[in-house]
Amino acid sequence: MNVDSDPPSARNSKRPHRLFKNWMAKLATLPMILTALVVFVGGTAWTVTYSFTGSRMLPKTNWVGLDQYERLWSSDRWMISIKNLGIYGICSLVLTLIIGFTLAACLDRKIRFEGVFRSIFLYPFALSFVVTGLAWQWILNPDFGMQSVVRDWGWLTFNFDPLNNPDIVMFGLLIAGIWQGSGLIMCIMLAGLRGIDEDIWKATKVDGVGTVKTYVMVIIPMMRPVFVTALVLIAAGIIKLYDLVVAQTGGGPGLSSEVPAKYVIELMFRAQNLGQGFAASTMMLCSVVIILIPWAYLEFGGRKRG
Amino acid sequence: MSKILKSILLGTALTAATATVSKAEGVELEVTHWWTSGGEAAAVGKFADAWNATGNTWVDGAIAGSGGTARPIIISRIIGGDPMAATQLNHGRQAEELIEAGLLLDLTDVAEAGDWANIVNPSSLLGACTLDGKIYCVPVNIHSAQWIWLSHAAYEKAGLDVPTDWNEFTASAGALQEAGTLPLAMGQQGWQQSIAFGAITLAVAGQEAWNGVNIDKNADVARGAEYTAAFEAVVAARNLASESNVQDWNMATNLVITGQAGAQIMGDWAQGEFSVAEQVEGNDYSCLPGLGLNPVIDTGGDAFYFPVNDDPEITAAQKELAALLISPEVQVSFNLAKGSLPVRGDIDMSTANGCMQKGLKILADGGVLPSSDITFSQDTQLQLEDLQAQFWSSDMSAADAQATYAKIIENAD
Repeated sequence: MNVDSDPPSARNSKRPHRLFKNWMAKLATLPMILTALVVFVGGTAWTVTYSFTGSRMLPKTNWVGLDQYERLWSSDRWMISIKNLGIYGICSLVLTLIIGFTLAACLDRKIRFEGVFRSIFLYPFALSFVVTGLAWQWILNPDFGMQSVVRDWGWLTFNFDPLNNPDIVMFGLLIAGIWQGSGLIMCIMLAGLRGIDEDIWKATKVDGVGTVKTYVMVIIPMMRPVFVTALVLIAAGIIKLYDLVVAQTGGGPGLSSEVPAKYVIELMFRAQNLGQGFAASTMMLCSVVIILIPWAYLEFGGRKRG
Repeated sequence: MSKILKSILLGTALTAATATVSKAEGVELEVTHWWTSGGEAAAVGKFADAWNATGNTWVDGAIAGSGGTARPIIISRIIGGDPMAATQLNHGRQAEELIEAGLLLDLTDVAEAGDWANIVNPSSLLGACTLDGKIYCVPVNIHSAQWIWLSHAAYEKAGLDVPTDWNEFTASAGALQEAGTLPLAMGQQGWQQSIAFGAITLAVAGQEAWNGVNIDKNADVARGAEYTAAFEAVVAARNLASESNVQDWNMATNLVITGQAGAQIMGDWAQGEFSVAEQVEGNDYSCLPGLGLNPVIDTGGDAFYFPVNDDPEITAAQKELAALLISPEVQVSFNLAKGSLPVRGDIDMSTANGCMQKGLKILADGGVLPSSDITFSQDTQLQLEDLQAQFWSSDMSAADAQATYAKIIENAD
C-alpha cells in the first residue's frame, strides 16, 4: 500500500515478496480471514444451496427446484412478516434518527448535567432486547401498566392496549425498539457534533443564520459519515429483529407481529423444515444485498473516481 | 418457590450421594427432558429414584422451556454427535428422520422380552414408536387435549348450574356475560387455539368426519357440511373469548381458577394448575372430556428415545432403563405425580382423582384417537396452528378459514 515511504536502498536491494510484507499483521488477521471465508461465505453458500432441496429435519440433497420459494411467497405468515418488517423498519429508521439527533443537539447546547442526561438516555442500550421486551410488555399491559395508571388518575375512558390489538401491535414493538436504540444513536450524533469546528458556529453567527437553520443546512451535511454509521447500525438492528418480538409478543396476537427472522427460526426448528427456513433466510440475504450494493457503489465506487 | 428449591436441592443431594456410592459398578446415563415445572419435576424424580435404586446413576439433563425450546437442542445434540443416553420426546413423528438416519437405538428385543405388544394400551401408542416393524421408543404417559374446564365460582355468581356439555355451555354464555364474567378464557397463542379448534370439531363435526380429515387427510371432508358447522361453532367460541387478553395457557387457566372466566378448553395438563391452587374436582371446578358431547380423547404424550451409542456397556444400560420406565410400579408412581394417564391398562390407578378416573374409563372403553403428533408432520402442524392463530385473532369468516384449512389438509403429510 505504502510502498513509496520505504527507503530507496531497501527497495533496490532485496525486496521481500508482496505476500510477506507486514507478515505479522497478516498472520494476526488470518483467523479472522478464515472465519470470514469458512463461516460467513461458506455458511451462506451452503444455506443457499440447500434452500433448493426438500430437506426436512436433516439436510438432504433431494432437489426440488424453486418449490420452497413458491411456498414461501404464497405463505400468509411470510407475507405478514415482510409487511411488519417494512412498517417497523421505516418507522424505526426515521424516528430513531430524528429522536437521536434532536437529543444530541439538545445536549450539545451546553446544558447543565449533560453527563447525567447522557447516561440516562444511553442506559436502555445496556439492556438486552429480551429484558427490554419484557419490561415493555409489563408497561403496556392494560391491567397493570400505563392504561391502568392513567385510569387511576381519573381519565376512565383512556384506552391504550397496543399489544392485544392486531392492527397496532407493531407500534407497541416500535416504542420499545426506539426506547432501546435511540440512546446509542444520540451518542454517535453527539460525537459527530463535537467534531464540528467551533469556527463554523462563529461564521454562521456572523452571517446571521439562525440556530435551527445552521443545524439543517450546515451541520447535518457536514455530519454525513456519522449519519452513514448510524444508518448502518439501525438497519442491521431492524433486519435481525427477533428477540424483542419473542420477549414482548411472541408473534401475537395471532400472527400479527411476526417478523422474517422469526419465520426462519420457527420453520427450521419448530416445523422441522430446513429447506423452507433456508429459503426464507436466503430471501433475507437478498433484501440486504439489494439495499447494500447500490449504497456501497455510491459510497465507495464513486469516491475512487472522484 | 421454596418447595421447588428444596426439591431441587434434595434431587442434587440424592444424585450426588448415589454418584459417589455406585460409580464403581453402576453406569451413568444422562437423560434429557423438558419437565421443569413443580409437578413435572416431582414426576421425573420418580424415574430417577427408580433408576438410582438399581445401582446405576441418573444424570438429570433438564432443559428449561417447553418442548419447542428443548426439542431443537435435543435434536441438534443427537445430530451433532454428542448424544445423551436417553431423551424425552413426544411420541409420533418428531423422531422419524432420526430413526431413518440410524441415530436411535432399536429396542425391539426389549419390547419382545417385556411383551409390550400386549401390555401397552392403547396399542396405537406402540405403533407410534414403530418404524418398519422395529420399535424405537418407550411410551411413558398419555396426555389428551379434548377437555373443557369449568369454574363453579363463575356459575354460582351468575346463578346457573354448571353445564355438562358444550351446548349447555354456549347456551349459558349470555348469562355469564351479563354477570360480568368472561365466558371462555383463551390464551392468544396458535397451539392453544389449535387445541380448542380440535376439541370443538371433534364434538360438533363428530368422530367420523374428524377421522376423515385427521387420519385419511381427505380434503373433501374438510370442505364438507360437518366441518362447516364446526367452523361456525368456532366463530361462536371466538366471540365468547374475544375479551380474553392473556397469552400463556396457565394464565388462562388462572382466570378459570379465580372465577373471572367461565371455562377454558385445554389439555389434561391444566389439572396440575388446579391442584397447585388446591381446588377440588366436582367442588371448585369440573372437567368434561370430549367437551361432554363425544367422550373420546386423543393419545398424545411423552416417550423416551435412546440415541445409538458405541459403548456396549451404555447400550446395555439403555435397554435396562427402557424396560424400567414401563414397569408397573414406575408407571403408577410417575403418572400419579404427573397427572397423566399410564400407558398400560393392567395397573391399579385407584388413587387417581376424578378427572383422571374419567380419562381412565375412556381409555378402558377404547375411546381413543391418535394425537396430532402422530397424524401430522411438524411442518403441517405449524401451518394448522398459524391458520388458527389468524382465525381466532381476526374477524376471518368461517368460510374463508374452512377453504384455507382444506387446502392445508390437501397438502398435508
